[in-house]
This record gives sequence, C-alpha cells and structure tokens, in this order.
Amino acid sequence: MLRTSGLSKEFSGFRAVSDVDLSVADGAVHALVGPNGAGKTTLFNLLTGFIKPTSGTITIEGRDVTGMRPEQIAQRGVARSFQIASLFEELTLAEHVELALQGRDGTGYRFWRSDKRLRRYAAETDGLLDQVGLGGMSGVPAGSLAYGQKRALELALALALSPRLLLLDEPTAGMGVEDVARTIELIKRVRADRTIVLVEHNMQVVSDLADTVTVLQFGKVLAEGDYQSVRNDPDVITAYLGEAVA
Amino acid sequence: MILTRLATLTNGWNPALRIGLLVIGLVLAFGLPWVMYPPVALDIAAWALFAVALDLLLGYTGMLSFGHAAFWGSSAYATGIVAIETGLPFPVAVLGGALVAAALALPIAMLSVRRSGIYFAMVTLAFAQLVFFIANQWRSVTGGENGLQGIPREFFGLDLSDSFYFYYAALPLILLGLLGAWRVVHSPFGRVMVAIRENQARARALGYPVDRYKVQVFVLSAFLAGLAGGVYAIGHGFASLQEVYWTTSGKVVVMNILGGMGTLWGPVLGAGIIVLLEDYLATAGIDAVGLVTGLIFVVTVLLFRRGIWGTVRHLVRSRRRPDERAAAQEGEPESRPAPARQG
Repeated sequence: MLRTSGLSKEFSGFRAVSDVDLSVADGAVHALVGPNGAGKTTLFNLLTGFIKPTSGTITIEGRDVTGMRPEQIAQRGVARSFQIASLFEELTLAEHVELALQGRDGTGYRFWRSDKRLRRYAAETDGLLDQVGLGGMSGVPAGSLAYGQKRALELALALALSPRLLLLDEPTAGMGVEDVARTIELIKRVRADRTIVLVEHNMQVVSDLADTVTVLQFGKVLAEGDYQSVRNDPDVITAYLGEAVA
Repeated sequence: MILTRLATLTNGWNPALRIGLLVIGLVLAFGLPWVMYPPVALDIAAWALFAVALDLLLGYTGMLSFGHAAFWGSSAYATGIVAIETGLPFPVAVLGGALVAAALALPIAMLSVRRSGIYFAMVTLAFAQLVFFIANQWRSVTGGENGLQGIPREFFGLDLSDSFYFYYAALPLILLGLLGAWRVVHSPFGRVMVAIRENQARARALGYPVDRYKVQVFVLSAFLAGLAGGVYAIGHGFASLQEVYWTTSGKVVVMNILGGMGTLWGPVLGAGIIVLLEDYLATAGIDAVGLVTGLIFVVTVLLFRRGIWGTVRHLVRSRRRPDERAAAQEGEPESRPAPARQG
C-alpha cells in the first residue's frame, strides 16, 4: 500500500527523518511510535506532501507520489488527521464534514450553485458525527469545542474522505478514557476496508490496534515488528528508559 | 418567495430582519437619485459593486489584493474603447470591459497566488503599477494623461444624457453584479473560500487545490470589479489614469475595512460613506480627502476592527444569544442553532 525508500528530510543540517524504509501492508494497521522528536510527525508531513523530502521516494499503491502536493495526495485516497487539531474555527461541525464530503466528490468549484445543495449530505454528515461521538452538535462552531472533541472532529473529517489510506497523528491525544475506548472501537470498525498508519503514544491503543509497530528514534527506524516483539527489543527498552531518565 | 430566498444573504440573522434589510437596501438603491445629485448616486452604486468584488477576495478568502485598480481601471478603458469604436449599447461595452479585466486577472492571479499575506499584497500592487505605467505610456489608446474622453451612453437610441435616467439604466448591471457576488459567497465554492481563509493547510488535506481556487476567486472578483469600473466610465463619460492609480486600490480596501469585510453589506455601506464624504469635502472646498479617509481608516482599525457592519452584527448576535441558549435548554437537542456563517 505504502512504501518509502531511503526517505530523508533535513532541516538546515538537522536530519529529522533519516533514511527511512517503511513498508505498510495492504489492510494493515501500522503504528509509528517513538520518543518525542523522533520524527514521526515529520514523516507524516512527508507522506502527505506537506513537506518535500531531501532524498528518497514515497510510493502509494505502487505509484510514485514523491513531491506531489498535499491535495494531489488527498485526491489519491489518502486522508490524514493533524496532531494539533487543525480546523476551520468559524465553521460549524456540519459545515466541516460537508466540506470534506464535497472535497471527496470534487464539487467544490461550483460557484453558481446554492450551498443549500449541500443538504443532500445531511444524513451522511450526521452519521459521521454520530460515529465519532459528536452527534447532535452539528450546528456548533468548531472554535467552541473542547480539545478532545476537536480530535474527534479531526477523525470525522478524515473518515468523510472515505480514504483507502488513513494517516492518524495521535488520534487519542487529549481524550478522556471513555473517548479513547470509543476511538479504538471506531478504528477497529473502519479498518475493514482500508489501511491505517497511526502515530500514537498511548501503548494501550497501540497494542489493541496495531498489526505492525515501527519504532523511530532520532529520525531512524530503531525496530519493527509486532507489538510483543518490539516491546521486548533491547534497543527499544534502552531508548524509552534513556528518555525517561533524561 | 424570492424575497425570502434573496434574504439569505444575511444568513444567521432572523428571517424578518433579513427581509427588512433587503427591502431597505432595494429602496435605497432605487431611491438614491431622488435624494442626491444623480452622478453621486451612480458613484455610490459603482463603488459599492467594486467594494463587494474585493470582499470576495479580502473578506471571504483572506487575500488582500492591493492592486484592484488594475481591473476597475482596465475595464474603464476597455469599456470606453468598445463604446467609442463600436457604438454598441453601453451594457455590452461594460460586459466587454469586465471580460478584459477578467482576462488580465488570470495571468496576474496565477503569478501571485503562491504568495500570501503582505507578499501577495505587494505582488498585486506591483502588477497594478505595471498596468498604470502601460496606461500612461500607451497614449494612442488610453489618451495618456488626458484620459479617454467622450465615451457615449448608447442605449438603443434612448436619450440617457440625463444622469438621473442613466442611473436607472445602469442599476440592473450593478444589482446583477451584487447578486452574482452573493451567489458565489453562498455556494459550495463559497464554503471552500471560507475554508481557505480559515485554514489553508486543512483545505489542502481535504483535497482542495487551494491555488486553483484562489485563481478562480481572483478572476471572479476582477470580473465584478470590471463591471463596476465599466459602469463608472460610462457614467462619467471618460476614463482617466486615476482609475488605474494605486490610490483607487487603497480606497476600495478602506471601504471594505470601514464597512466590515466578509459581510457583503459592509463594503456597500463603506462605499456609500466614503463616496458621500468625498463629495461633501469637495463641495465644501476642503482639500483634505486623503487626510480624512486616512483618519477614518486608522480609527476603524484601532477601535472597531470588524468594521461598522461587522460590529453591529456582532452586537445583535451577542444580544440574541442568551435567548437561544434558553430555547436550547427547553429540550430540543436536535435543533440546529443558526449557523454562524459569514455574510
């Protein structure tokens, strides 16, 4: 589904991502973990075209997407959520989801039509908001949501695109215990027909969901495998303990 | 029915208020030449459309064009040339002018939308200065410093030499332009414009080619600015360098900020105030237009950044909000609160 080879990103001498070969199997849930600053979000930004790699290539479904713009990658069925909730503060929840659905259908250029036509998305919009636990809040502006709710809306937006590849950057960060449980259930439900890559700090979430775990440190791949084998890897233990001591 | 539908141009207000506003707006639009010198009324109408055209970019998409005189002015010249050379009815000439403005906007937009914020403003200003330079040098076409004179008001043989009658002949063009802007704002495309204003990166992640959308808004905006500039040129009977000068770009920005950008009504109000003020100062013989508009601009930016319309709307909404909360608590969790939409 997704493959990177020799992927590197340098920021004025600092290698945030260094020579990463990543291979995400079709239909897998693949977790990226690692200490803060390990390059996980940079890697996400590379995969979704928000930054261009210094070297290396990215292929999605066998097609080279290296250097493509974010919207081109999104149009190839790749949706992402942002680590820091990235929303349209003035728009309501319904308007958010409608925007995503309209983006998926590629009908946003119609300037001669009434926006009342977006009402045909009403059922789908309400369904998506229900799914992420924001049912009944469709008229609320996103700016007034609590942090965890914004994360949930992020998820709804990503799902609205019906992506084949879903990239989730810390989907449960800032959520309460119940919301984390609901999000895990939701991801289990939606993984059926898609491939998911997630960055996550919550090891409970990782062990519940991930088929494969890649551990990053200093922008490099430190270990890779299923959760149990990675957890017992001596390098990984050192990396995490080292961080804890520092 | 039509009124109720049109009245959604103030989405978020209650329907009675919206219809009331629309009626007041139409009464003003039709009554203006009765209460003031008709040429001034026409200036207000033309500048109102120009200001609304800029609002599409500035207020709704968050792009400050500081070079919109290029489109208002190029259309003024083009309209004049079409009217003089062909003798076609003036709405055709104006339409031709607007198309020239849109055609000019396309390459300028493509070269400038990759920049944002102050850099975008500077690039648009630079292009507008280029247009000014060309208009100044190309005397055989534009008349240089003398301007393009003797633009006729041809309209199927009707005598429109009286500005009172010309106002009513031109008003439909202006109203159509305003209606067009309203249509754009309240369309699926308008939603994307606001999304780009609020969060570009997010819009890209949803698959929207942001740069292409920006070019499209820019060209639409230039077309409407051209419509306004064409009407202005026919109304005055000449097109001068003033029309492509940077102060014209500045003036239309001030109208937006004073009236309240991102509201459509606000820029109309701002245009009315600035035109009337300039007229008053000119007739009173006070040569301080720049000083006065500059002061108004500074006061607006410092004291009420939403502009007049934005401030009033904000006050109305925050007064209404407690009632809404009470209504919501009476057990209607499913009801959607009025969406806090722009415009």
